[in-house]
Amino acid sequence: MYNFNFHTASSLDDAVAKLGAAEDGTVMAGGQTLIPVLKQRLAKPSDVVDLSGIGELKGITANSDGVTIGAMTRHADVAKSSDVPAALRAVAEGIGDAQVRNRGTLGGSVANNDPAADYPAALLGLGATITTNQRDIAADDFFTGMFDTALTDGEIIKSVTFPNAIKAAYAKFPNPASRYALVGVFVAQTASGVRVAVTGASGCVHRATEMEKALSANWSAAALDGISIPSSGLNSDIHGSAEYRAHLVTVMAKRAVAAAG
Amino acid sequence: MVENGIGASLRRKEDNRFLTGKGNYTDDINRPGQTYAYMLRSPHAHANINSIDLSAAKSAPGVVAVFVGQDLVADGVGGLVCGASVTGKGGEVNKTPPRNVLTMDKVRFVGDPIAVVIAESLAQAKDGAELIAVDYEELPSVVSTAAADKPGAPQLHVECPNNVALDWELGDKAAVDAAFAAAARTASVDLINNRMVTNPMEPRAAVGEYNSGTDEITLYLTSQNPHVHRLVMSAFMNIAPEHKFRVVAPDVGGGFGSKIFTYNEEAICAWAAKKINRPVKWTADRSEAFLSDAHGRDHVTKAEMAMDADGKFLAMRVSSHANMGAYLQLFSVSIPTLFHGFLLAGQYTTPAIYLEMRSVMTNTAPVDAARGAGRPEAAYLLERLVDVSALEMGLDPAEIRRRNFIKAEQMPYQTPVVQCYDSGDYDASLDKALANADYDGFGARRTEAKGRGKLRGIGLSAYIEACGVAPSAAVGSLGVGVGLWESAQVRFNPTGGVTVFTGTHSHGQGHETAFAQLVTERLGVPVENVEVVHGDTDKGQFGMGTYGSRSLPVGGVAIVNACDKIIAKGKKIAAHCLEAAEDDIDFAEGNFTVAGTDKTMSIAEVAFTAYVPHNYPAGVEPGLDEIAFFDPLNFSFPAGAHVCEVEIDPDTGTLEIVRYTAVDDFGVLVNPMIVEGQVHGGLAHGIGQALLEGCVYDDDSGQLITGSFQDYCMARADNLPSFDVDYAPTIPIHNPLGVKGCGEAGAIAAPPAVINAIVNALGIKHLDMPATQEKVWRAAQAAG
Repeated sequence: MYNFNFHTASSLDDAVAKLGAAEDGTVMAGGQTLIPVLKQRLAKPSDVVDLSGIGELKGITANSDGVTIGAMTRHADVAKSSDVPAALRAVAEGIGDAQVRNRGTLGGSVANNDPAADYPAALLGLGATITTNQRDIAADDFFTGMFDTALTDGEIIKSVTFPNAIKAAYAKFPNPASRYALVGVFVAQTASGVRVAVTGASGCVHRATEMEKALSANWSAAALDGISIPSSGLNSDIHGSAEYRAHLVTVMAKRAVAAAG
Repeated sequence: MVENGIGASLRRKEDNRFLTGKGNYTDDINRPGQTYAYMLRSPHAHANINSIDLSAAKSAPGVVAVFVGQDLVADGVGGLVCGASVTGKGGEVNKTPPRNVLTMDKVRFVGDPIAVVIAESLAQAKDGAELIAVDYEELPSVVSTAAADKPGAPQLHVECPNNVALDWELGDKAAVDAAFAAAARTASVDLINNRMVTNPMEPRAAVGEYNSGTDEITLYLTSQNPHVHRLVMSAFMNIAPEHKFRVVAPDVGGGFGSKIFTYNEEAICAWAAKKINRPVKWTADRSEAFLSDAHGRDHVTKAEMAMDADGKFLAMRVSSHANMGAYLQLFSVSIPTLFHGFLLAGQYTTPAIYLEMRSVMTNTAPVDAARGAGRPEAAYLLERLVDVSALEMGLDPAEIRRRNFIKAEQMPYQTPVVQCYDSGDYDASLDKALANADYDGFGARRTEAKGRGKLRGIGLSAYIEACGVAPSAAVGSLGVGVGLWESAQVRFNPTGGVTVFTGTHSHGQGHETAFAQLVTERLGVPVENVEVVHGDTDKGQFGMGTYGSRSLPVGGVAIVNACDKIIAKGKKIAAHCLEAAEDDIDFAEGNFTVAGTDKTMSIAEVAFTAYVPHNYPAGVEPGLDEIAFFDPLNFSFPAGAHVCEVEIDPDTGTLEIVRYTAVDDFGVLVNPMIVEGQVHGGLAHGIGQALLEGCVYDDDSGQLITGSFQDYCMARADNLPSFDVDYAPTIPIHNPLGVKGCGEAGAIAAPPAVINAIVNALGIKHLDMPATQEKVWRAAQAAG
């Protein structure tokens, strides 16, 4: 770890101010990605601004339209909240291990946009809205590429709002070593239509439109028979070839549909 | 009957400190004025070093010193040594290329250390290392075991033409070839024994300290054998003479073999502490452990069996390559030869066996002993080959084993591959394992699973290992550079407590408890009054350490032999005090008694008398403190039968071990609870190798791909079933305690049992380890 200046922000405005004053600053949410990166000297920020003291970024609020979860809400708190729909609780419960879930946050995961993270599939699958200190961003516009998002400099996620779904479920095939998603598929029937979001398989979470069409016509696992996403462009590593990942997307999508009922 | 003696499942004495955070590990040790060392390691698999510029690093803030290999050489520090000299084809002994503590001319694997920066803090040492400018000339590399000796492969050492360190053979090739030519049936399998990173929980660490007043060096380190560490560093590396060199291995958090060996960083901390006259500390981070710990396994093998028309084994032929990595580590070539070839008879009467084994150099971390060390490789190829043979013959895997087992009445049994087994009843182990596993009911379970869309399979392994290493003369004649006896000192304190100094060590196996139970059994002293001391060359007598499941079979016998000397002396003292003849004194359960009378004296009273000898026999020395050295008469031969049952999801290749049954023959169990724990740990290792673990280097760049737990997958609790562990003991004739050793068995038995179950489920001939989900899925698709 290189030396850096450490700040604890008291409010969102304070965080933005401290970040703005830094030569090359970064915010820290749960630190579950940032701290390992720092320890391995793979990043050298001049300043780290800790968001954990900002009360307005924490908490879960449900209403008849859906649920809004503060960016600094820990995975473990989402997993056990009765205000959170079951499919979303299951996503939180399947992230990493108990230690990670007790530190890691929704906002941190979403802002990092790891191609194998779980939360991005839930956001995209449910058509969530990301609220920052500057604006609202639809999930469809938010995840722009591998470890890349629509967030601009100085923009900090405040909360994520998940609209209620008619049916929803997440099926995850974990990488046996890292327990990230080798493939994860979130399916949902929403007021605006069927959505299928795939994580882990490629460089960035994305929607599987062929599957959405098939499920719009017939919401059943059988509707996905013979429908697969092309393996070209998918990730390929020692844990799974592109072909295997493409196959798993279909299997996991079917299992998610079956689980959603 | 002595309470808490042999056979008691006593809770581990050491766990109080381990479980409450009071363990004392090397990294817990900090010395006044301590500095911190950081190793600069090669980022390349193979490269010439044109130049190294240290000037900026030397003047960096907090940097105390920067050293390269030439600095150690100029001080007369010798290189790391290989302790094996094994004679191969044509009478040629293995070629051992030199290895400097810090590499000077050319780096040969990613992680090869080339410089050390010593600073006031670790961060400053790392900062300093970033300022070292190294001009590398990259060279093509070879990491593949099978490709290393192929024409045109990049060459690592001029001393090893074609990258071959040793070309070794065992057995009568002509006789074996003739048996194959005449055989009714033959079977053959090509397989890979996957490379493993041992990954003890505690990474390696060292703290060196120099006392200029006494001219003594103290080195605290993570070692399974501190005396051997001191011996090697004194005799071959010139760090300090043994009498001016104390080596302390405090609590050791796992090792699995990887902490046997002498490593660069340890020598550097000891040498540099004197050089700069300040303590020097180094602790590996996990990434360094992956790069620089000795790895295990890594064989590529073709195995063949010749049979008669009834499936009786006539001959076995094995041709194999073993990867040694970039340098020969301490045991290195002895592992794929002596500790592998000599086990190839397994539990069978195969009369003729031929093995040719090429040990090759590659641009990877050194490979050496790792839990089982050669024996898992032997058991895996043999137990896979037996299943392939059963398939070829159309026989049940249990039946072909029974037809070929060495029978209990044939013991002791001289195999054609050097080892002479002294005990064992392989039919008994198998029968019990099949009964415990409900082998007969498997068909119904397979049918039921099929109804749920799952493929269920069952697999056996009937393994043997050679433990209790080892008779010194035997291993000496084979080229191992040390004796493998063990030592013990049993010291009564005046008030009756006992301190036991053992020459072996513990890296987590519970010796402080099991060894105390031996003393309690023999001397009748309450177990809480016995303290076991190990791991410090200044506290105990010379000893050889812990590996090869030897601590109890060899070190335990040394302890009871020392106890027997205590009893012999105690009888003289008791006879005098009780006014009886020495021959009339009986000793049992802690009391010396005049035979046929109620005149008795406790061993505590005898001990007090020995230290306060007012009324004392003439000609007997005061004190009650005895030492014993024990050199075993033979290896011990733990064996057993394991049964694994798996269920596969053909849609994804996901596999669950639904049942695992172990029946082992470890002879006498001193502490059954500890033994069961050792079996569980070994099985986790073996199942991990079969399903999950595989160390992968990139073929083109030579970079370590599995350099962290993000990619290197060790078994976790949810990968493992609840194990069914049972025993079918036989008593070894060569071990005075009747014990055989248990620490490696699970790692040896499990891989073939798991793979045999998988191929059974899939109806295929073979699948290489690790049987990853994708491999299983592809095989399931291909098998339809």
